[in-house]
Amino acid sequence: MKRIFAREEYCLGCRLCEIHCLVKHSKSKRIIKAFRREQDTAAPACRVEESGRVSFALQCRHCEDARCIEACITGAMHRDPTTGAVICDTERCVGCWSCIMVCPAGAVERGRSRQVASKCDLCMGEDTPVCVMHCPNEALVYEER
Amino acid sequence: MRKWLTQPDFIVERDVARCIGCRVCVRQCANAVHSYDDEDGTILSESDACVGCHRCATLCPTGAIAVKRAPLEFRDNANWTARAIRNVYKQAEGGGVLLAAMGNDQPFPIYWDRMLLNAAQVTNPSIDPLREPMELTTHLGRTPDRVEIEPRPGGGVRLKTRLGPQLKLDIPVMFSAMSYGSISLNASIALARAARAAGTYANTGEGGLHRSIHPYADNMIVQVASGRFGVDADYLNRGAAVEIKIGQGAKPGIGGHLPGEKVDAEVSLTRMIPEGTDALSPAPHHDIYSIEDLKQLVFAIKESTRYEKPVFVKIAAVHNVAAIASGCVHAGADGVVIDGFRGGTGAAPQAIRDHVGIPIELALAAVDTRLREEGIRNHASIIVAGGFRSSADIVKAVAIGADAVYVATAALVAMGCHLCQKCHTGRCNWGIATQDPVLTKRLNPDVAIRRLTNLLRGWSHEIKEMLGGMGINAIESLRGNREHLRGLGLTSGELQALGIKHAGVGA
Repeated sequence: MKRIFAREEYCLGCRLCEIHCLVKHSKSKRIIKAFRREQDTAAPACRVEESGRVSFALQCRHCEDARCIEACITGAMHRDPTTGAVICDTERCVGCWSCIMVCPAGAVERGRSRQVASKCDLCMGEDTPVCVMHCPNEALVYEER
Repeated sequence: MRKWLTQPDFIVERDVARCIGCRVCVRQCANAVHSYDDEDGTILSESDACVGCHRCATLCPTGAIAVKRAPLEFRDNANWTARAIRNVYKQAEGGGVLLAAMGNDQPFPIYWDRMLLNAAQVTNPSIDPLREPMELTTHLGRTPDRVEIEPRPGGGVRLKTRLGPQLKLDIPVMFSAMSYGSISLNASIALARAARAAGTYANTGEGGLHRSIHPYADNMIVQVASGRFGVDADYLNRGAAVEIKIGQGAKPGIGGHLPGEKVDAEVSLTRMIPEGTDALSPAPHHDIYSIEDLKQLVFAIKESTRYEKPVFVKIAAVHNVAAIASGCVHAGADGVVIDGFRGGTGAAPQAIRDHVGIPIELALAAVDTRLREEGIRNHASIIVAGGFRSSADIVKAVAIGADAVYVATAALVAMGCHLCQKCHTGRCNWGIATQDPVLTKRLNPDVAIRRLTNLLRGWSHEIKEMLGGMGINAIESLRGNREHLRGLGLTSGELQALGIKHAGVGA
């Protein structure tokens, strides 16, 4: 399956990936409204890690042997049968944070408003995740490796 | 920090109704125009340091930033323009030479815009390049005065004349000299790889050939300039051709100066100078004080490269350019590069950049005419540089007599340059004219190569369309064919210098 890969040598640290991820996972999907009124309810899942000159965007790796799926106590964390992406069904998630504890990449976060896990869904329904699409320097790529 | 009397060039306006406080602008401005106030949770923009590079406005996800010319106007005065007044303020404060970058930005006549191309109608058919073959292939280098044949043993004939070394270009456009040092390694790599992809050549400038560009050296013209940085036998032999740089259009008569701060370990290795030392290129080559001296260097290079590489000589377009170019050809140059006064630079004294040299249009016409008159036009190719903006400029140059055109500013613009003219500060927000590792990674070579090759592909289509319209199916047939040009709004003196007729005058 296609995955998102960061090319840290070209990451500007501008954080446009974070910004567009938040918009994509907001209610209105409109950037100004999302930032003004929906920050608390949006569920962004892309985070830029930065230390000195080095920066890169981190999202869920959608591991082949996803520990979060094994650790999930309700079965909310599952693999989408068609895309292969690791997805959290927020209706079933009870917010026990087992997934957060086992995730080797630190890519699962607590939801901002609801007590459910928040993670990258590869922008289900889009050909290219918005973080990749909006990276101005193509430091994020979406490809098979 | 605001200086006494000096006012900002630009004003940065933030539309608070659109700003979402994402701080992309804060993170992107290398001049620290934008800052975030933790206490108030607001973003402040101090216009003083703004250079007008548009990095913030381009990356702002909501289009909340506008960069405008500072609204503080002086009283109208045709002699004392705002620029003239501000320059005096700056010099009164600093007492130094005013530095500038990129090409001459003053409103001198641009003759490309006063020349119009011909098209075929009725009496000769135009050609559709999408249906019929159209040749843009260009060869650069010396061609023989005549072709001799000799009998082949066992019957038939064969070519006796031996052709000298040539460069083969798929499009008569090359990337002109920009040194690694003046531009980043990512930018240099992008130019080299784009040249390879487009079937043309890039030029090392006086920056040497970085080892990461060695794989693309077949598409690199290596330059030998007055500082001789990075030059050794290996360097000369790696390149596809060698260019002796005598002058540069942006700063004729002036040498170069790469400040020691920019000479990091990699630049130091590539230029073969100690780390942290200033790279000073003298104004003249201290071993060239005459055409005879130039001939010695030309042939020293030809000897070192076993006569396998064409040797070009690059000169700035100055008043006596035709005679100088003729001298270069007599000195053995296989190509003469003429750089007009609108050619770019990474740093030059503003007074020189804006007031020295002549337009490339006039210089090209003078050189082509002179070489024809002397009967030595075939001894050397003419390559012109200096502010070429579009395919139309290129076609007009070929019609005047150029074999190929060098572009640098257009290539930089394709890579993201916004012509803010601050290359000399080393804080290029677009990651091009800088060695700051935080800034250089802003230029992803993969993206830059795609944009450069797109530009050349677009130009190539346009050149073919224009040729086809004129009823010509090979760029060779347009070369020096000034009947295909007409001047508009030019004086008889200008028309004579350009060697063209005025619009409305038939054949």
